[in-house]
Amino acid sequence: MGSRPEESVVKGKESGVDFFGQAVATRDAYGAALLDLGTRNECVVVLDADLSGSTKTAKFAKAFPERFFNMGIAEQDMMATAGGLSLVGKIPFASTFAVFASGRAWDQIRQTICYSNLNVKIVATHAGITVGEDGASHQALEDMALMRAIPHMTVITPCDGFETKQVIDAIAEYDGPVYVRLGRAKVPSVMPAGYRFQIGKAYKFHIGRDANIIANGIMVSEALKAKEMLLQKGMDVGVINMPTIKPLDTEALLEAASNSKLIVTAEEHSIVGGLGSAVAEFLSENHPVSIKRIGTKDTFGGSGKPEELLKIHGLTAEEIVKTVMTNV
Amino acid sequence: MAAVTQSRDIYFLKEQARAVRVEILRMLAQAGSGHTGGSLSSADIATALYFYKMRHRPDDPKWPERDRFVLSKGHAAPLLYTVLALTGYFDKSLLNTLRKIRSPLQGHPSSKMLPGIEVSTGSLGQGLSIANGMALGLKLDRNPARVYCLLGDGETQEGQVWEAAMTASHYFLDNLCAIVDLNELQIDGRCSDVMKIEPVPDKWKAFGWHIFEIDGHDMEQIVDALDEAEKIKGKPSVILARTIKGKGVSFFEGKVEYHGIVPTKEELELALKELAGNGE
Repeated sequence: MGSRPEESVVKGKESGVDFFGQAVATRDAYGAALLDLGTRNECVVVLDADLSGSTKTAKFAKAFPERFFNMGIAEQDMMATAGGLSLVGKIPFASTFAVFASGRAWDQIRQTICYSNLNVKIVATHAGITVGEDGASHQALEDMALMRAIPHMTVITPCDGFETKQVIDAIAEYDGPVYVRLGRAKVPSVMPAGYRFQIGKAYKFHIGRDANIIANGIMVSEALKAKEMLLQKGMDVGVINMPTIKPLDTEALLEAASNSKLIVTAEEHSIVGGLGSAVAEFLSENHPVSIKRIGTKDTFGGSGKPEELLKIHGLTAEEIVKTVMTNV
Repeated sequence: MAAVTQSRDIYFLKEQARAVRVEILRMLAQAGSGHTGGSLSSADIATALYFYKMRHRPDDPKWPERDRFVLSKGHAAPLLYTVLALTGYFDKSLLNTLRKIRSPLQGHPSSKMLPGIEVSTGSLGQGLSIANGMALGLKLDRNPARVYCLLGDGETQEGQVWEAAMTASHYFLDNLCAIVDLNELQIDGRCSDVMKIEPVPDKWKAFGWHIFEIDGHDMEQIVDALDEAEKIKGKPSVILARTIKGKGVSFFEGKVEYHGIVPTKEELELALKELAGNGE
């Protein structure tokens, strides 16, 4: 086992547009990243379905009105129109809330975008239960499952503003359909200085001997907290940030599974079909170890404060600690 | 491959349409399954587009200034494959592989497998949105290319068609021309019985489109409408083409059961005889 990487949680450091060290909502980082991208790449066009203020595409819309298309409350039309724009050489970014992006327009994404392997970037915000007060109708807990099932699709869930900015830059360079899952609420800065996101690459904060936690999105910071709490109890627990759930970084998974007998996955998504399922599918076939999945348990969300909802659904560092302690 | 011969000559176009119908029937009989009725009802329209109206280069399918064609009613794939083959996108012998294992001629069009197919279609109601996206992008680039989109009438029961109808009008897509093949039949019966779509012209007008109402088998009317549509500025155009499902073969015409059934060997012989006799 390699040496422990340098301490990773850096806070309070301002460094402008890359969001390094800043606690921001990933949707805010997206809005800024998109504006920056639009300045550098004339092929980038943006579509939204009447939620540009919330998805933060409004920044791009204001700067580049001729390259922004508000499609009204019509997500199916938006996705297929994005497909058409890609067919004449544009790089369309289509945004709305994750429930509508992945659910309402699933057939358009499957048939038009993925079957034809079109260069469309779907960046969905307001994923997961941290949507909060709007309740279950607006909380996508199945979107990664829906998107992961479609051939040609790449699925990414960044964990903080710094990573989000890099994800947006990376997918603009990649040719093919991509689904990016972002949140509404402010999240802590997690990724260390010098981190460089690559599609399909996990980031190993640490590989542990007792257990390894595979997390993405907001659960990465919880996993890092859990790791420290478990260290107090004398346990060596690793944390891997797996922003790309398709394609999975299987090398990182094999390394984690080779070093500990317990793998815990943590995601702000249903345990059905998301990161936990993807990890379990791969490891059960290639390196069977004990796997426990933390996520919502085949249930809808509800109204409430994000922190209340996270607690009710067991999406906390404490729950990760408990899961590790009882299963290790 | 020879470059496509295009002409506005009505006799020439009628002859091409006849040849197109012959190939459609042959390939469907060979395949043993596929959509006969809707391929034949749209045959004159597609012939007018590929043999006259569209600027395209079969030897350079990705030519940036080509006019785009989106077959929203993807089940008319045999028609699209035929006009592509007869205009020189690929060898005509490929038509014999329709629906066979590993053939690029899939049951519904697959854009990654065959030159000349702009986008994969088959799930109804999506093509007009795709065409809108192309038209928006072409306008951004000041590319003079036009976009044509062929829809079925049953297809307009899909809500997305009307989302797209709003979009085209909202964004003044005058580089777009939709064509609706109004053959009045869908799988379960007459459109008016399954789910009423009339009044069709009023609906498109209400959505802000310039409409042309034509007989979709009258070649003169088809090419006139296509020419006139190009002159309409500030709004999208739709050609509402009244057609007959199974057109060209008397015993298929207007028969709902020939939506997804192919001719038998005997029917093929009879049909080809009929088509041979239709020459002028």
